[in-house]
Amino acid sequence: MDAIRTLNSRTVVLPATDIDTDQIIPARFLTTTTREGLGADLFHDWRFTADGEENPEFVLNQPQSSGCSILVAGRNFGCGSSREHAPWALLDYGLQAVISTEIADIFRSNSLKNGFLPIVIDDVSHRWLLDNPGCEVTIDIEQSTLTLPGGKTVSYPIDDFARYCLLEGIDQLGFLQKHNTEIDQYEETRPWKP
Amino acid sequence: MSDGTAKTLFEKVWSDHLVKDETPETPAILYIDLHLIHEVTTPQAFTLLREKGLPVRRPDLTLGTMDHSTPTTPVRSFKDLAVVGEGAAKQVVAMQDNCKEFGLELHGFDSAHRGIVHVIGPELGATQPGKTIVCGDSHTSTHGAFGALAFGIGTTEVGHVLATQCLLQRKPKTLAIDVSGTLQSGVTAKDVILAIIGKIGVDGGTGFCIEFRGNAIEAMDMEARMTVCNMSIEAGARAGMIGPDETTLGYLLGRLRSPQGPDWEAAAKRWLTLRTDAGANFDKSVGIDGSTLQPMVTFGTNPGMVIPVTAEVPDANGDPSFRKALDYMQVTPGKPLSESSVDVVFVGSCTNSRISDLQQAADIIRGHKVAENVRMLVVPGSQQIKKEAEALGLDKIFQESGAEWRESGCSMCLGMNGDTVPSGQLSVSTSNRNFEGRQGIGARTILASPMTAAASAIEGRVADPRRYLQD
Ligand code: SF4
Repeated sequence: MDAIRTLNSRTVVLPATDIDTDQIIPARFLTTTTREGLGADLFHDWRFTADGEENPEFVLNQPQSSGCSILVAGRNFGCGSSREHAPWALLDYGLQAVISTEIADIFRSNSLKNGFLPIVIDDVSHRWLLDNPGCEVTIDIEQSTLTLPGGKTVSYPIDDFARYCLLEGIDQLGFLQKHNTEIDQYEETRPWKP
Repeated sequence: MSDGTAKTLFEKVWSDHLVKDETPETPAILYIDLHLIHEVTTPQAFTLLREKGLPVRRPDLTLGTMDHSTPTTPVRSFKDLAVVGEGAAKQVVAMQDNCKEFGLELHGFDSAHRGIVHVIGPELGATQPGKTIVCGDSHTSTHGAFGALAFGIGTTEVGHVLATQCLLQRKPKTLAIDVSGTLQSGVTAKDVILAIIGKIGVDGGTGFCIEFRGNAIEAMDMEARMTVCNMSIEAGARAGMIGPDETTLGYLLGRLRSPQGPDWEAAAKRWLTLRTDAGANFDKSVGIDGSTLQPMVTFGTNPGMVIPVTAEVPDANGDPSFRKALDYMQVTPGKPLSESSVDVVFVGSCTNSRISDLQQAADIIRGHKVAENVRMLVVPGSQQIKKEAEALGLDKIFQESGAEWRESGCSMCLGMNGDTVPSGQLSVSTSNRNFEGRQGIGARTILASPMTAAASAIEGRVADPRRYLQD
């Protein structure tokens, strides 16, 4: 995972609430054994019509969305299945962050492990972002802030460890492996065996 | 009243598995007792191990099956099973190769114990109280019915567990959901969990581990408890747990991987101590009166959009996401769902594919015919359940009514193995997700209990199962 300190981009807005991971990447595209190439099918059934044409009404297909890497979405983004294919598909497509008022647990955890930023902010700022698509914002990881046009900053919660891993580009497996001795000890001393 | 030492079931299991406790700077290192794996969410994790030259730390605590992308078409021999689609076929081969290379037990096509991952864990007795259990699948919460701390993880975390048998985790908050009273006849565990999700919302459990408690839960058998815990994730909670009791012990006694002889006595004694202590505190509590619940059905595109089977579809009240869901489902506010004609009925999935689920559906449908325009699919959760159902003659009851009887697997729960609901068709399904397109592109899904599904198959429209109950 590459280190990431700030992200600056115009936003693209998907106001629907409870966007589940089956919408982000439908199950029939999970028959893959790699992480690459999933962006082609991101939001597939919203992006394409039944005969496979691009749906011009879907926001990601509209010219103003080109080059945007920050998604603003309705409450409870990423609910449903634990498929890590969801953040893989978002990243592969070129999106790097989602801003919402609530983000589902497993999706959030998967996102952070891949450098996709799950940003939870207050209702009022969120409402403003929903009403002003295409505005330019900056996400600062170190400060845990989101800067809106005009310079207003909003802070968002992020776990200290997750922030550290993002800033340093740390692979969490390496961190776990450093505790091998403790894991050995735990296995030896626990009173019962699984 | 809390005296400070009283602990919840969750806290006991959590603290038993801390290799290292969390600090403000670092998450806890949590030891995992059982890692369940399947073909869809593991290939990239094995690739990582290979790239780093790492072995699987504890092959003995890892258990594999194939369920998601495998076909359920009836066959005489497993050799005749043709996997649908090139990608799925590759995935199945990769799973076989990975398990062989890393020395892992796999219940593949030739195993009599193959089945949906959340069905075979308990069936084999591998799921036990007090264990930490994970799987690259959100419905891992199912195993919490035994008093295990069980939750779904992503593929990167699957790699972490394969390599270190541990996970980095922040401690979740605890939510007690108390279901009091006695359920009316025709009301099942599925209706209880749907009503709970309707009450707290699809994000009501986010950040929490749920403990389901109360008379109605205690009166349930293990299969019903699994149905309840299975759908914890549909309320946003990664895990749902139920305190182990005599019912739990009764289910586990004598299973393939259950402790035997004196080990059983010791384990059973320890398991019963895991129950939440009197006076222990939960971060949040919710109560539901089970005695007033009705058979429940969903009308929208998430499991929180749920009403009693006899009720009318509510109004969107200007909420655009709600409106979009009603449009997708082609249902009208103010009208009951019984006016919608049904095309497909699916009895199966890790929520409702166990023997008691099949028995309940069979009891409703016995002596009736599946309505002419309805396709009904009955898919047992495992090959063992299939065998047991056939010994009871349930396959004959379904087939005589006009339903299809299949091999085990995830099937129509998610459209990735050839079993799909055609676009625009309405399905009454005993699975757990009514998301847009979950059962196939453009498929419209109504979630219901096995009884409601069977009654709907008979009438060809969404139907109240209570009129088919024999006293
Ligand atoms: S039956 Fe459905 S929910 Fe259960 S594991 Fe299979 S795909 Fe997932």
